[in-house]
Amino acid sequence: MNERPAPPNGKAIAPQSSKADLAQSHADWEQRFDAQIGEGRTVTNRSRIPVKPLYSPLDWSGENYAESLGMPGEPPYTRGIYDTMHRGRTWTQRQLIGLGTPQDYNRRVRMLLEQGASAISLIPCNSGFRGIDCDESPLALLGTCGTVINTTEHMEAALDGVPVDKISTAMNDPSPFTLFAFVLGVAKRRGISWDKVTGTANQSDYISHFVANHMFYRLSLPGARRVFVDHVAFCREQVPNWNPVSVVGQHMQQAGATPAEAMGFTLATAIQYAEDCVAAGQDIDHVLRRFTFFFDISISFFEEVAKFRAGRRVWARIARERLGAKDPASWRFKFHGQTSGVDLTRQQPLNNIARVTAQAMAGIFSGLQSMHTDSYDEAIAVPNEGPARIAIATQNILREEAHLCDVIDPLGGSWYVESLTDEMEAKIQDVLDTVERAGGMYKAVESGLVQRMIGTSALEHQRKIESGAEKVVGVNCYTDGSTAPEPESYRPDRAAMEAHVRAFRAFKDGRDQRAVLQALDALARAAVGSDNVYARVVAAAEVGVTHGEIIACLRRELGFGQPLMVA
Amino acid sequence: MSRPERVLVTKIGFDGHDRGSRIVAAILRDAGMEVIYTPPWQEIPAVLQLAMQEDVDVIGVSSLATDHLIVPDLMSALAEAGLGHIQVIVGGIIPEGDHPMLHDSGVRGIFGPGAASTEIVESVRALANKARAARDAMEML
Repeated sequence: MNERPAPPNGKAIAPQSSKADLAQSHADWEQRFDAQIGEGRTVTNRSRIPVKPLYSPLDWSGENYAESLGMPGEPPYTRGIYDTMHRGRTWTQRQLIGLGTPQDYNRRVRMLLEQGASAISLIPCNSGFRGIDCDESPLALLGTCGTVINTTEHMEAALDGVPVDKISTAMNDPSPFTLFAFVLGVAKRRGISWDKVTGTANQSDYISHFVANHMFYRLSLPGARRVFVDHVAFCREQVPNWNPVSVVGQHMQQAGATPAEAMGFTLATAIQYAEDCVAAGQDIDHVLRRFTFFFDISISFFEEVAKFRAGRRVWARIARERLGAKDPASWRFKFHGQTSGVDLTRQQPLNNIARVTAQAMAGIFSGLQSMHTDSYDEAIAVPNEGPARIAIATQNILREEAHLCDVIDPLGGSWYVESLTDEMEAKIQDVLDTVERAGGMYKAVESGLVQRMIGTSALEHQRKIESGAEKVVGVNCYTDGSTAPEPESYRPDRAAMEAHVRAFRAFKDGRDQRAVLQALDALARAAVGSDNVYARVVAAAEVGVTHGEIIACLRRELGFGQPLMVA
Repeated sequence: MSRPERVLVTKIGFDGHDRGSRIVAAILRDAGMEVIYTPPWQEIPAVLQLAMQEDVDVIGVSSLATDHLIVPDLMSALAEAGLGHIQVIVGGIIPEGDHPMLHDSGVRGIFGPGAASTEIVESVRALANKARAARDAMEML
């Protein structure tokens, strides 16, 4: 057995009796550290916060415990938004899926449910994101990245055998929320009352789409703002257990925002949405109760944990002090996390399983409410079935085998994590102040300020990888030249897709055309008038108006966005 | 080369994620090239028109979500429009199984995640030279 080196000066380390003693022994340690490592070797995290090699009670003493942390389920919710957290109920396992025809989707979703997924999601085909129907799209692209769902009938096939009153649903369904309208149509046909429909409109954040995904091609910024407010009001009235708002930091972090920027921009967006709803006459406590957030979890482990802990604290303060919500339940920062695809590599793709594991652990330690883990083939293709199973198994292993859920907020009280949480909070506040000076998030996006900040951060990160300052195994180090066989890319069956498009055309020809025209007319009138626009979207979907037709109508009335060029 | 290389960086098809195309545009610009950058969701005729108006040497198409599957349509449209001298590269997430199809359609380079800036810059520079030589040859005829 190796003999341990004697402590310096041969002294035993005595318990610290005073702060002065601690400061002295810290200074002694620092001297030894610098002598061995050399000075000037700084480490900085992605949010540009310098990280020290050691933290101690000098950095965080815990004397403000009650105000800055509190107990779980107790404002400011830093340690978690519920009393029991993962001891009581672990996170919802929600894997994003979407591919092929509605029938293809149905097969995959049933497999995931059988395996333990407790909620479902749906990603529509990119033609849908672009705002058009399948009969206007190049066949080669249909269903390659999401499911082709353009009507209530399509949704019925996709959800065949899926109990929409028992399972929580999330739709990747940007404004004007046609997929949700189709789900409501399916519920109605099955005799399920809408108060039984639960889940989240997880792409309701039009501002993040403008910033990160150029969603101006669907509706103009002011048009999307109008539909958003009406959608929240409609859900409050008609679908009270649905979460109509998911404020998305994920898009911005994927587009290159630092973790602190992503959190800051997201909270600024949430302020904008809450204030817009209040301006339209809605009650702040009703509105905030149904707010949820959706974030990226990068591999910068401690930084992510600190990001979420700080985010909870800042949001509780904003909801209470700035927005004036009275009910502590309205101050809760509920969030879904998705492991970051940007950190995954095409090189040595199986390594991504390890990356996703580290990211997922950061999410679990952060106390998330719902999680998606990426498949290891995500940097190569639309996830295949085998990799998708491993992604779910990763969650199951972490939850069932690794004992990660035994203790609530297990990293709380770490001198490092607590002081990093404080520093992330300060960074997040800086971003909030910058947006505030620009006139709020809506204006900051309209002017391109947010896009420029994100672009700068994206380039900075790329340069760090290229210079080797940020290491990526298999990309800029440990490039052993070996390549794992690339998983096969999923492509929908061409003949089945052709048949799907043919059936869609036939459906359109066979509809009650009068009802379609009337519904579109009512939609157009609501868009220029004061009726709830979203109620008209739902009514149109019920009589067979398609996704593309609804968007085309709203685009005519509410405007088509202008591309914002930010070089 | 007498004047800087002119490169069009764009996205066709349906995907709106533009982190990659923005970064590549910035890298080429910083290397001294003239970069014409478009937001995503361009249609092929719009790309042709822009390429012609801006007299570009190279078109870089970014694809992260299978939009590369319609790049062969862009290639034949370029040839039909008499813009066959323009060299086309594709970057992003391109499954290996699709590489032959793209090469066969005339794509000159495919860059995946992790491609180094220098590699992209050198390749674009060489391809721009090639494009200019091809165009000069066409004009001589």
